[in-house]
Amino acid sequence: MTVSVIQFGGSNCDRDAVRALGELGVDAELVWHEDGLLNDTSGVVLPGGFSYGDYLRAGAMAAHSPIVAAVREAAGSGTPVLGVCNGAQIGSESGLTPGAFTTNRSARFQCEHVHLRVENADTPWTAAYEEGEVIELPIAHGEGRFEVADERLEELDRENRVLFRYCDSEGTVTEDANPNGSKHNVAGVLGERDSVAVLMPHPERAALPDIGPTDGQGVLEGFTE
Amino acid sequence: MLTSTVTPILTMTTYTATVTVRLKHGVLDPEAETTQRQLERLGFDLDDLRSADQFEIDVDADDADAATERADEMAERLLANPTIHDYTVAVAERDT
Repeated sequence: MTVSVIQFGGSNCDRDAVRALGELGVDAELVWHEDGLLNDTSGVVLPGGFSYGDYLRAGAMAAHSPIVAAVREAAGSGTPVLGVCNGAQIGSESGLTPGAFTTNRSARFQCEHVHLRVENADTPWTAAYEEGEVIELPIAHGEGRFEVADERLEELDRENRVLFRYCDSEGTVTEDANPNGSKHNVAGVLGERDSVAVLMPHPERAALPDIGPTDGQGVLEGFTE
Repeated sequence: MLTSTVTPILTMTTYTATVTVRLKHGVLDPEAETTQRQLERLGFDLDDLRSADQFEIDVDADDADAATERADEMAERLLANPTIHDYTVAVAERDT
């Protein structure tokens, strides 16, 4: 049982994801998008990067590639799927997860550390944390502003599908702590099933003890269940 | 722009469908805001500025309605993201 980490032309966090999952003892392999998912795939990572040069909209081209149709099918039968950064944009563009990730309020690419409050700890991706716990992860994106209709976001809140919100170091969700103008500070959401999740921050870049904090390990532990 | 390599059936006409994709009203447009600020720095007086993407698509179709339908589907499937965009389609016989 191996996690497929999908490489599109322009993916650049694919190897980081394999390495970070390896740190947790999760077997993961790079999969070129034209080759399809591994036969015995136990999970899927849509990694960060700039697939198809972000042409049209970030994630729009990859979202319509044949392998994403296979990912949708696997997701529908309960296979865990995690989209990170560009993978989150692919997830929302393909309809795997709700909302859209679009141009940062600053209109700039932002590369920095953020604090996140765990909104729902009852999912495979957050079971390692407590609800309300504050974790720190890096972001690196130009199009990470979560947009969704107000009434849809209310629905998502009611259904407990918001995973993380940008917050200050104390866990208070404030406008100042919102790096990109995301609606209600949303940083990550669940798909129809809680086995499907996307987030803009990079858990795989905060998973190796040799190079710094490891707050992201908990998210990747969603593949260990 | 793509040109068909297949000889069109004689009854078909080539249309140009112009698809304009705009952000929905109320969705923040940081690039437009930046552009507006820059115009104001250059001394222009303006009330507001909105940006939009425009695609010109040449298609062979039986009539304008059929060409519109095809362009509509392209907008739905790829050119626009319904979460944040509205779009319009205008069809005219292609200028040769």
